[in-house]
Amino acid sequence: MISVYHYLILSAIIFSIGTFGVLTRKNAIVIFMCIELMLNSVNLTFIALSRHLQNMDGQIFVFFVMAVAAAEAAVGLALMIAFYRNRESIDTDDFNMLKW
Amino acid sequence: MYDYLWLIPFFPLVGFVFNGLFGKKIRNEAVIGGIGTLMIFLSFLVSCGNFYALLQDSEKVHQRVIASWMSVGDLQVDWGFLLDPLSALMILIITGVGTLIHLYSIGYMHGETGFYRFFAYLNLFCFSMLMLVLGNNALVMFVGWEGVGLCSYLLIGYYFEKKSAGDAAKKAFVVNRIGDFGFLCGLLTLFWALGNKGVWTINFVEIAENAHLLESGGLIVTVVTLAFFLGACGKSAQIPLFTWLPDAMEGPTPVSALIHAATMVTAGVYMIGRMNGLFAMAPDTMMTIAVVGACTALFAATIGLAQNDIKRVLAYSTVSQLGYMFLAMGVGAFTAGIFHLMTHAFFKACLFLGSGSVIHGMHHGYHHAHLKDDPQDMRNMGGLRKKMPITFWTFLLSTIAIAGIPLFSGFFSKDEILWWSFGSNRGHWLLWLVGAVAAGMTAFYMFRLVFMTFFGEQRTDPRAKDHIPESGLTITIPLMVLAALAVVGGYIGIPAILGGANHIKQFLDPVFGKAIALNQIEAHGTHALEYSLMAVSVGIAVFGIFLAWVMYVKNPALPARFVASFPGLWKAVFNKWYIDELYDAVFVNNCKRIGTFLWKGFDVRIVDGIVNGTAWVVKGIGSGLRYTQTGFLHNYAMGMVVGVVVIVGYYILGK
Amino acid sequence: MADYLLSLITFFPLLGMLMLLFIPRDNAGLLKSFALAVTLITFFISLPLAFDDIFASSGAMQYREFHEWISIGSFFKMNYNIGIDGISLWLVMLTTFIMPIATLSTWKSVDKNVKGFMALLLLLETAMLGAFVSLDLFLFYIFWELMLIPMYFMIGIWGGKNRIYAAVKFFIFTAVGSLLMLVAIIYIYYYAVTAGAPIEGFGVQEFYQLGIPSGIQHWLFLAFAFSFAIKVPMFPVHTWLPDAHTEAPTAGSVILAAILLKMGTYGYIRFAIPLFPEALQTYLPYLAFLSVVGIIYGSLVAMMQDDVKKLVAYSSVAHLGFVMLGIFALNLQGMAGGIIQMVNHGISTGALFLIVGFLYERRHTRQISEFGGLAHKMPILATIFLIITFSSIGLPGTNGFVGEFLALVGAFESGLRWYAVVATTGVIFAAVYMLWMYQRVMFGKITNPENEKLKDLSVREIVLMVPLVIFVFWIGIAPNTFLSKMNPAIEQLLIQVKSQQVAVVDPVLPVIAQNLELK
Repeated sequence: MISVYHYLILSAIIFSIGTFGVLTRKNAIVIFMCIELMLNSVNLTFIALSRHLQNMDGQIFVFFVMAVAAAEAAVGLALMIAFYRNRESIDTDDFNMLKW
Repeated sequence: MYDYLWLIPFFPLVGFVFNGLFGKKIRNEAVIGGIGTLMIFLSFLVSCGNFYALLQDSEKVHQRVIASWMSVGDLQVDWGFLLDPLSALMILIITGVGTLIHLYSIGYMHGETGFYRFFAYLNLFCFSMLMLVLGNNALVMFVGWEGVGLCSYLLIGYYFEKKSAGDAAKKAFVVNRIGDFGFLCGLLTLFWALGNKGVWTINFVEIAENAHLLESGGLIVTVVTLAFFLGACGKSAQIPLFTWLPDAMEGPTPVSALIHAATMVTAGVYMIGRMNGLFAMAPDTMMTIAVVGACTALFAATIGLAQNDIKRVLAYSTVSQLGYMFLAMGVGAFTAGIFHLMTHAFFKACLFLGSGSVIHGMHHGYHHAHLKDDPQDMRNMGGLRKKMPITFWTFLLSTIAIAGIPLFSGFFSKDEILWWSFGSNRGHWLLWLVGAVAAGMTAFYMFRLVFMTFFGEQRTDPRAKDHIPESGLTITIPLMVLAALAVVGGYIGIPAILGGANHIKQFLDPVFGKAIALNQIEAHGTHALEYSLMAVSVGIAVFGIFLAWVMYVKNPALPARFVASFPGLWKAVFNKWYIDELYDAVFVNNCKRIGTFLWKGFDVRIVDGIVNGTAWVVKGIGSGLRYTQTGFLHNYAMGMVVGVVVIVGYYILGK
Repeated sequence: MADYLLSLITFFPLLGMLMLLFIPRDNAGLLKSFALAVTLITFFISLPLAFDDIFASSGAMQYREFHEWISIGSFFKMNYNIGIDGISLWLVMLTTFIMPIATLSTWKSVDKNVKGFMALLLLLETAMLGAFVSLDLFLFYIFWELMLIPMYFMIGIWGGKNRIYAAVKFFIFTAVGSLLMLVAIIYIYYYAVTAGAPIEGFGVQEFYQLGIPSGIQHWLFLAFAFSFAIKVPMFPVHTWLPDAHTEAPTAGSVILAAILLKMGTYGYIRFAIPLFPEALQTYLPYLAFLSVVGIIYGSLVAMMQDDVKKLVAYSSVAHLGFVMLGIFALNLQGMAGGIIQMVNHGISTGALFLIVGFLYERRHTRQISEFGGLAHKMPILATIFLIITFSSIGLPGTNGFVGEFLALVGAFESGLRWYAVVATTGVIFAAVYMLWMYQRVMFGKITNPENEKLKDLSVREIVLMVPLVIFVFWIGIAPNTFLSKMNPAIEQLLIQVKSQQVAVVDPVLPVIAQNLELK
């Protein structure tokens, strides 16, 4: 029987992978995908707990998250393209102009 | 008649406004000078009318209010005029002498570029002076008081392109302001002190009526009168505030005659006379005034002994004579003080105008010979007796008057003062002695002046000496009139002991009588004593004249030998006892130093230091923290993750 | 019409500003004329206030307007509540009077971004008028802060070399003070509501009646007093003033000196003193002391300045010391003197800044040592300058004397006698620094060849100065025109203050005892 813990552990693993990816990868697109991973792991948690607690609030939140993620993807990709036009790169080490 | 009192200051004001606004366009000296002189002459006529009316009248105090000036609660100040014997006498002197000096100025200032400006200022001065003496309350008097200070500033600074003139003007105003500080303090304390007794007033008549509410000889009266006396010191150039008057000689000579001899500088004496009720109640103040007056009389006379500038000698003489007037006020001889004020106005105005005539002549000579010598230095004069006979004779008569030779006006007034300073119950024999010695010095330096200027050999540069003419009629007429007054002016005050009726004493009695009687001020002594004092003072004066004759006519080498034997003393006297230098060192420089310190030390260092320091601290913290902004996405992401871990960890483990 | 007169006066400049925005930015002449017309019309519609005799008979607020503005439930209410009495009347008049003069003074001196300058000028006028007429503390605060912005930009954009520093300094000093005041305002309201007082909004007159406990009063008073002290400015928080004045353009300096500084003194009269009478009793000697120090300090520092504008700025510190001393005397004469002196300072110092502006436009320097002998070339300027100089010194017959004298009379009658004696020495110093400056600028020979070709005042410049000179003498000779209309309002204010103060023994004690006690 797959209990709610399995879901939570899976979601924790996915979240960690996402976080690790955000911190280590240099390609902005990959970082972006990692962020999506993190978001979806949270979605998974919401759904699992919603089912476990018999409460629909979590599912509503998931819809919000998905909408925001979609918007974020749109804006983020647009940023990437704008950046690529200037720098011909989407390596985050080149994103270093905004500092002291 | 009294309803037209306001016309007296009004006419000169019209003259001022007219000449001030249109004088520059008119350019015609006859019109400008004519209007200026006419205006003051008109007020002279009105003054005569009022004076005559007052003589006939049994009621001696008249007030006329024109309008309310300030009205705030208890403080009610009017633009009001007061005519009583004292102010009646003063307006006659001011407008009378003023008219003569205006007339004189037409000739003396001929050809000056600022001719219109000069007459405008002179009219403004007369206006202010008349406000001063006619004001029925202390604040209107203060308007005049400061107004004459302003005019003095403008007229001393008349030749404003000269730095010395600008400096002298500023000095005069600032030193006067120190006096004004005293005046204001006195006025405010008096207003409050009387107000506490239920009488809120600054009206002179009401002050005189209610003075008894204050404790006689008490602290308040003493403080109030001392503060007023400080004001008088500033205006009338008494120790310690006398230093501005000699410098004021930078102004044109008619100004010296009108403002710095005959009228403005006597305002302090007038003010004490006006408030005699208060002053009589404060014996300590009276003693201070007498001592200051006597010291000033002597001190200024010593400086006068060694000056070579003809106007400076007269300036110190003025300071000295003002000292006499204060001595008189201090010993309770109010009438004698005012009497001396009047006779002094005649002979000193005449002396100044005479010296102006001499300077005018010398200047003419030098101008003709294209020389740049100093036309005021007596060492360049001598023998002018024959060149300028009218000037000489009028000058001589006035000099005799100031020296205190019997039958001339100065004798009567000065002797009255000396007698009171000896015999009055507020006097002391030391005061008399100082006064008598100063009188001897006066006789000496005045005759020294006459001998150096008019007698002996002519020491003027040979190229110029034949071109020194007698001055024209506009200059000599005032001289003759004033000389005549200097001779006969004293006859209204012949004391009873010499068989006179002492008209002036009776005339001024409504003003001074009450306070003198109330405070039991009187001079007593036998006739023999009075006669012998008179003889002694005349003897001292004659001796002074004789000494001057020996040193400057008979044996002109003597002064040089005298100087050689006492070089230090002579140098100190010649440099006016270094008082100016002392004041500069003690007050002026220290004020500047404190000002600079407060500005650069306090404002810039401390206050701005704190403000800018705060800004620097914030800025420093900010600039340290900004290095955390590396610009690398990973660092920021790492920071976030660490932050989340720490916070979550705290909540989980901390609980 | 009369019902909305005050609103009309207050917001007419704002309306003008909005219309001004539609004028093309390169048409400088039209922009300036338009702004001048707006300020002049504002002045003319404000004139009926000055001629209204009601102020001579009643000390109550007149021309009241009251509208509910913001209300959040029953907890928070803020109203549009305005009105004037005999005190604010003259400040409103001073504002509408000075503004056209300040606008006209920009004719030659402002040539960069004229549109912006004129818009800010008009915005500033609305803000200042609003602050003087507000009877609601919150409304007052809004206008008070609104004043900051135009002035900040005026200094920061159109100022001299060091303008950014000066503008930021000005802003920070004033903002620090106003934030404290904001906290205090909110706290009063909070107190009123929690104390269950029947409060409708931030109406200051209702707050007068609150009877705030003295423990709370102290903190609130200090917050208000500090805020206003910066604006006055009182020693030692005055150091923004010389910098702001020196760097500001002429019109900015004129407005700053003539009107903005009055906000501080007005704030004391309208808010700090009547709201917290008990706390005032405690702090009065210290504040009076600071006022007197300001008089002497400002004078001494002014004496040593070599920049004309800085000298005038420091002289402001001294003059406002007299204003504050008069106000703290807390009696009729003192208050009247303080208020008249506020108007005087607006006129005299405003005129001095205009004169400095004339010199600066011609020579592009303000160093005293660069001038000298100007009286030869500029006799008209010399005459006007002299009149204003003596008005600033306080010569009787000019306006300066009336204010100073009344303030001193008031201080002498109150317990501040010794302060008054020290303050009186200010009259000496005033003569020293003003005359010394006048001498160095106008007297002497022309030593600097650049001064040889100076032109005397133009017709426009004379037109600027003449109204000021007229008022110098008007207030000096017939101050009753003004005094009679402010007396009832002051009396009412004093009754209000005294009724809440702990009874003080009237100075009937012998002087000595009283004086020793005061030390």
